[in-house]
Amino acid sequence: MQRKPMQASKGFQIVTHWLQQQQLHPFPFQEQTWLAILSGESGLVNAPTGCGKTYSVFLGALMQFINEHPADWAKQKNNGLQLLWITPLRALAKDIGRAMQEVIESLGMQWKVAIRNGDTSTADRARQKKQMPEILIITPESLQLLLTQKNYPNYFSSLKILAVDEWHELLGSKRGVQTELAVSRLVNCSESLQVWGISATIGNLEEAREVLLSPLKKPGITIQASIHKPLEIHTIIPNEIDSYPWAGHLGIKLAHTLIPIIENSNTTLIFINTRGMSETWYQTLLTLAPSLAGAIALHHGSIEQELRLWVEEALHTQKLKAVVCTASLDLGVDFRPVDTVIQVGSPKGIARFLQRAGRSGHRPGEISKIYFLPTHSLELVEAAALKTAVTERAIESKDPLVLCFDVLLQYLCTLACGEGFDPKKIHAEIKSTYCFADMQEDEWQEILKQITTGGQALQVYDEFRKVEIENGIYKINSRKIAMRHRMHIGTIVSDAMLKVKFLSGGYVGVIEEYFISKLEPGDVFTLAGKNLELIMIKDMNVLVKKSTAKKSLIPSWLGGRMSLTANLGEVLRRTFSKALQPNAGIEMDSLHHLFSIQKNLSHIPQPNELLIEQIESKDGYHLLVYPFEGRQVHEALSAILAFRISRIQPMSFSISMNDYGFELLSDTPIPVDDSNVYELLSDNNLLTDIQQSVNNTEMAKRKFRDIAVIGGLIFQGMPGEKTKARHLQSSASLLFKVFEEYDPGNLLLKQAYNEVLTQQMDEVRLRLALQRIAKSKILLTYPDKLTPLSFPIVVDGLNRNNLSSERLEDRVKKMQQQLS
Amino acid sequence: MNEDQLLICRGQHLWLSPERTVFWEEEKTMILSDTHFGKTGHFRKNGIAIPQTIYKEDLLRFFSIIQFYKAQRVLVVGDFFHSHVNEELDWFLKWKRDFSQLQITMVKGNHDILPASWYEAAAIEIIQETLLSGPFQFQHDYDEKAQKNKNNIEQATDTNHPAYIFSGHIHPGITIKGLSKQSLRLPCFYFGKHHCILPAFSKFSGLATIKPKKEDQIFAIVNNQLIQTK
Repeated sequence: MQRKPMQASKGFQIVTHWLQQQQLHPFPFQEQTWLAILSGESGLVNAPTGCGKTYSVFLGALMQFINEHPADWAKQKNNGLQLLWITPLRALAKDIGRAMQEVIESLGMQWKVAIRNGDTSTADRARQKKQMPEILIITPESLQLLLTQKNYPNYFSSLKILAVDEWHELLGSKRGVQTELAVSRLVNCSESLQVWGISATIGNLEEAREVLLSPLKKPGITIQASIHKPLEIHTIIPNEIDSYPWAGHLGIKLAHTLIPIIENSNTTLIFINTRGMSETWYQTLLTLAPSLAGAIALHHGSIEQELRLWVEEALHTQKLKAVVCTASLDLGVDFRPVDTVIQVGSPKGIARFLQRAGRSGHRPGEISKIYFLPTHSLELVEAAALKTAVTERAIESKDPLVLCFDVLLQYLCTLACGEGFDPKKIHAEIKSTYCFADMQEDEWQEILKQITTGGQALQVYDEFRKVEIENGIYKINSRKIAMRHRMHIGTIVSDAMLKVKFLSGGYVGVIEEYFISKLEPGDVFTLAGKNLELIMIKDMNVLVKKSTAKKSLIPSWLGGRMSLTANLGEVLRRTFSKALQPNAGIEMDSLHHLFSIQKNLSHIPQPNELLIEQIESKDGYHLLVYPFEGRQVHEALSAILAFRISRIQPMSFSISMNDYGFELLSDTPIPVDDSNVYELLSDNNLLTDIQQSVNNTEMAKRKFRDIAVIGGLIFQGMPGEKTKARHLQSSASLLFKVFEEYDPGNLLLKQAYNEVLTQQMDEVRLRLALQRIAKSKILLTYPDKLTPLSFPIVVDGLNRNNLSSERLEDRVKKMQQQLS
Repeated sequence: MNEDQLLICRGQHLWLSPERTVFWEEEKTMILSDTHFGKTGHFRKNGIAIPQTIYKEDLLRFFSIIQFYKAQRVLVVGDFFHSHVNEELDWFLKWKRDFSQLQITMVKGNHDILPASWYEAAAIEIIQETLLSGPFQFQHDYDEKAQKNKNNIEQATDTNHPAYIFSGHIHPGITIKGLSKQSLRLPCFYFGKHHCILPAFSKFSGLATIKPKKEDQIFAIVNNQLIQTK
C-alpha cells in the first residue's frame, strides 16, 4: 500500500518510531486521529477509558508541532499555548499531566505541561500568566476564570488544538453549555483552531460532535474505536424468592453472598444507589465479616474529601479489599487493582451499568466482571434485560441543553470582567453555539438589559450597576462586583451543607442542612460509617461525639431517586414477555412461581400491550397501570390520568409509583373501562393537562434555586466576606415570589418553568410514551387480589401515606402471608 | 381600610391591616416593622437585578395607609432602612416632604446602620433599644428567654403588669396545611400573652415560620385579607 503523505511526515515518523521503541502498538483509531489532526480536521474520538484515548489527541498535537518545526522541534522552548485540555474531573488532571510529561521528556522535547484548576496555587497561576505552558489541563470553570483576565486573548492566540475530554459527561449539563460558550470564544481567538472531543459511547455520538463543533461551522469527523472489552455479568439469584416482592428488602438479606465474592477477588467496588444505603451496606458487611475491618472502606459524596482521597489512593496501591461506594466513583481515574464490581439494586440505565462494569479489569487482556444483586425479586427481570441490552449496545443518549439563559448571563459577566465585549461580535459567536442557536433577538436584548440596567429602563433613584457600556464595549468596572463574580463562576449548585465535626476536634464530613435540622440534640445518626450523637449546631458546624448506640438514623440525602431510562424500559418490556417461556435465562426461570401467579391472577404484559389492573381491597379501589417508563414519566403520567378521570367524576386519589408502573387509589370505584381508556391516555391536550394537573409552580420554584445562583442573583457568601455581604442575602424562594409578582416575564423565571417541562416532566419522553400507548393494545384485568406486579407499588403507597398505626414491616408481612 | 380588623389589647383599640400595619387608635399611631427601605436599591447597586417596583409599591402603601388613618405618628419597630445610604432613601425623603406634620419614631433594628446625622436630617426620632408608651413597650427583637429572666426580676420588685411588647425582626410566617399535602406559608401577625410580633412590612422579605402556642392569636395575611387562623 502506498503511504499517504501524512504518514510520511516527520512528526508521524518520529512519534510512531518512539512508540515502537516503547513496544507500544497504536490502535487503528489512534492512527486515524493522528492523521485527521495532521490534515487540520476537527472531530470526536469515541473510545472507552483505558484504551489510550489520551494518546490519540495528545500525540497528534506533538506530531503537528514537529511537522511545523522540522529542524528544531526538540529545541523550541516557550512556544505559547499549543494544546488546551479541558477535563471535567480535577482528579484526572494530575495523572494525565504526568503521562504527557513523560512522553515529552522521552521524546526530548522542551514542552511544558501545567494544570489549572481550583487547587492550583497563586504562584503557579502567576507563572502561567507570565509564560503559558505548551499544554494546559483545565476544568471548564477554571477556563471561564481565565476569560475574566485582561489580555486573555493573548494566551490563546498560539493555540492549535482544543481537546474536550469526557465530553459525554459534560454534554447535557450546564457545565457542557459553559464549555460550548468557551469554545465559541476560543475559536475566534486563534487563527486555525482544531477542536477535538473525546467521549465514551453514548446513543447520540453524532449529535455530541455536532454540539461541540457547532461554533467551527464545520461538521468534523467521528472516529470510533471498535474495541469491545469482554464483559461477564453474573446475577446473584436468591435461594428463596418472594412472589410478592417488596422493594428494598431483599438486598441486605443477600449481603452474605458478597463475602465470598470479595474474598475471591483482588479488589471489589460495591456500587450502591444512595448514600444512605451505602452506609447501611458498609455496616452490614463489617458485621458479617469482621475480618474485613481495615480492608473495606466507604466512599460517597458527603464524606470528607481528604478521606475520599485516601480511599482512592489506597485503591491504587491495593491496600483495600473492597470499597462500598455510590456514583461518587462512577468517574475518575482507573484503579488498576479493581477486578470485580458489584451493583446492588437497579442501575436504572444501560450506560451507567456498563460504565460501572468497566471500572473493573483494566489491564489489557483482562475481563470486566460485574455481579448484579437484586434488592427485590422483580429486579431479576431487570438483570435479564440488562444482559440483553448489553449485547444490543442500546446505550442511552445525552440530550444537549438549549437556551440556558442563566449560564449565558454568567458568561457575559465573565467576559465583561476581563477584556469587556462588543455585543455584536459576541452575539454572533453565541448564536454559533448549539445551545443558543435558536435564541431570539428580543431574548438577547433582554439579556443585555438585565446586565446593564437590571432589567428596567433607566430611572431616577436607580443605581443599578453591573456591566457598563464604554465606547460600545460592555465592561464591569467595579472591582467589588468583578471579584464577587469571579468567586461565583460555576454551574454546580450545592445544597446548603454543614460540616460535621467532633467536639474534641476532627472533621467527619458534610451533611445536608435539611437532614440535620430535623434532629434534636442527643439524636444519633450515621455518617462516614460512624455512629454520631448530635450535640449542637454552631456557625454552620454540626458538633458531634461518638456514640455507642445500636440504633441510629441514616441520613436520607436529597437528590431523590433515579428513574429508569427509556432504553432500559424498552428492553424490560421485551424481557417481561419472555416470562414462563423455556430458555428465558436463569433470572426469568427463577421467577417461574411469581410469573405463574401473575398469569393466573391477571396477565403478563407483552411488548405491544399496556396492562391495567383494577383491584378492590380493604384499602379501596386500586387502578394499576404498567407502562415501564420509569418513575419520572410515571409521576407525570399518573397526575395527568388522575386529573382526566376526575373530570369524568370528581374524586380524589392517592398516587404511588415505581419504575414499572403506577397506582391510583380511591375510596370509590374508578370509572375506567375499555370505552374510555384510550381517550384517557391519549396525548391530546397534553400540555394544558400537564399545567392543570401538576403543581408546576412548586417544581419551578425548586428549579429556580440553581438558576438564580448561576444567573448571579444569589450569593452563597465568600470566605471572610460573609458579614460584609450580609445585606445582600436572600433566598431563592423569596426571589421566585418577587419575580412572579413583580416581573413575571423575567427570562430566568421562564427558564425555570421550561426546565420543569423539559427536564422534570420530560415532556418529550412523556409524549413518546403516550404515542406508544395509543398504538398498543390496552388490556384491562380485574384480579380478585393483589398481583405480584402490583404489590411493590401498593406497599410503597402504604409507606408514604402511613394509614395504619401498625408497624409497616408487620403489615407487609401479614399481607404477603394472606396473598400466598 | 375595609379589611382591617379591630383587636382590643390592654384596653387599647388596635386596627390590624393586611397592609402589614397596626393602627393604635388612642394614640393615632401607626405601628409597623421591618420596612427595609432601600433594600432593592442596595441589591441593584451591587449588580443584582431585583425589580424596583417592589420598593415603589412599598413606599406607596406606607404613605397611603398613613393618609387613610390620618395617623399623626409612625412608629417603626426596627429595620426601617436596609443598609447604607442609597438613592432609594432620597426617594423616601421626597415623598415624606408631603407629610410634614407626621412624627416619625424608630426603634433601632440590626439593619439600621445609617449615621446619626442622616436620621437627624430626616427628622426621624431614634430610640436605641426600647420605647415605653402607655401600656406598650416597643423593641426590635423579642428574645423570649431573656425576657423571662427580666420579668422575673421586675415582678419581684414591681407587682404591676409588665408592658405588652411589640417587636419585629423575625418576619413571622405561619404554615397553613390544606388538603392532599398542600401547604402555604403566609406572613402573619402574632399576638401572644405578653408580646406581639409584627409581620415585615416590606414585600421583599422572607418568612420565619413560627409555632404558635394554644393561647396565641394569629392573623394570617392572605392577599388583601386578614384571616384569623387561631
